[in-house]
Amino acid sequence: MITEGSVAVVASRVRGEERRIFEALQRRGVEYVHLDSRTLWTFCDTTQTRWPAVLNREIGYERAVTVARTLEAFGAAVINSAAATEICGDKWRTTLALCKAGLPVPRTALACTPDAAQTALDAIGYPAVIKPLTGSWGRLVTLVRDRQMAETVLEYVAAMPAPQSRLVYVQEMIGHGGRDIRAIVVNGEVLGTIYRRSEGWRTNLARGAIAEYCPLTPELNKLASSAAAAVKADIAGVDLIEDDDGRILVLEVNHGVEFAGFQYAMRDRVDVANEIVDCLLERLVHGVER
Amino acid sequence: MVSCPECEAQVMVPSPVHTHDILECDECRMELEVLSVSPMVLGLAPEVEEDWGE
Repeated sequence: MITEGSVAVVASRVRGEERRIFEALQRRGVEYVHLDSRTLWTFCDTTQTRWPAVLNREIGYERAVTVARTLEAFGAAVINSAAATEICGDKWRTTLALCKAGLPVPRTALACTPDAAQTALDAIGYPAVIKPLTGSWGRLVTLVRDRQMAETVLEYVAAMPAPQSRLVYVQEMIGHGGRDIRAIVVNGEVLGTIYRRSEGWRTNLARGAIAEYCPLTPELNKLASSAAAAVKADIAGVDLIEDDDGRILVLEVNHGVEFAGFQYAMRDRVDVANEIVDCLLERLVHGVER
Repeated sequence: MVSCPECEAQVMVPSPVHTHDILECDECRMELEVLSVSPMVLGLAPEVEEDWGE
């Protein structure tokens, strides 16, 4: 029986996606609690969760991981799990997980200092891309066209105050013809794929890229589901890119997937919010051990 | 309609509206958060933080 408060949705910012999830819960007659993570606090000796199943839609990475870790410690089944959120929120950890699973990724390196990053960039070759380890929406992702530009960008990186910002994630630039592919995976099932087209080199919808329907091929299906499994994510937005040779590579996996553009491009082929609610209710029934 | 807490212009509130919904002021383009529905109270939405994302 689904009782009042059995299910909680953690979110400090209610976007269109969260609103659709709330509406899907209401349509199913599920009594849920919206937890604004900005108001959350707890004693350390809490022994039991008030919410057996929790959907974590917190937009801030640090808060998302902390809330998931805490609720899991109290016995809740959290989607996505803290482990998955930690991996997806860190581009290097994601790349390591994808590589370990044998999935194709662009040539990528992590350098522990900006000086080491210069050496790594020289090894990868130009043009290349420097990305922050955390963050999203293409923010601070920098296209480095040659060594001179790399030296300048790395001077700025060296001046960043946070030690984590001086760990440098560098990647070969994949010529993608102005588009990449976003797949959404829920509970191991690939809901579909869309193209994200852009006139610029970054194809994030948050930066104005256009979402278009992309037929789901067996190859995309396998890569997307394998990528989600590699990072242990129940709900995942998998970014894929096709290189000049037609090879499809996995770029990254997002744990708090935004799906407004995806839903628009997919039209009535799938209801993402409904699928997410299905996944949440399954975890409510089966708990942490699935 | 309710006043924008930044520029005091009148902001159209959609229906239905929920606590924590994000609105935008047509005048000053500030993002506003619905802090309370009854009474209707708008506040400035939090600024995007470094670790925000998908």
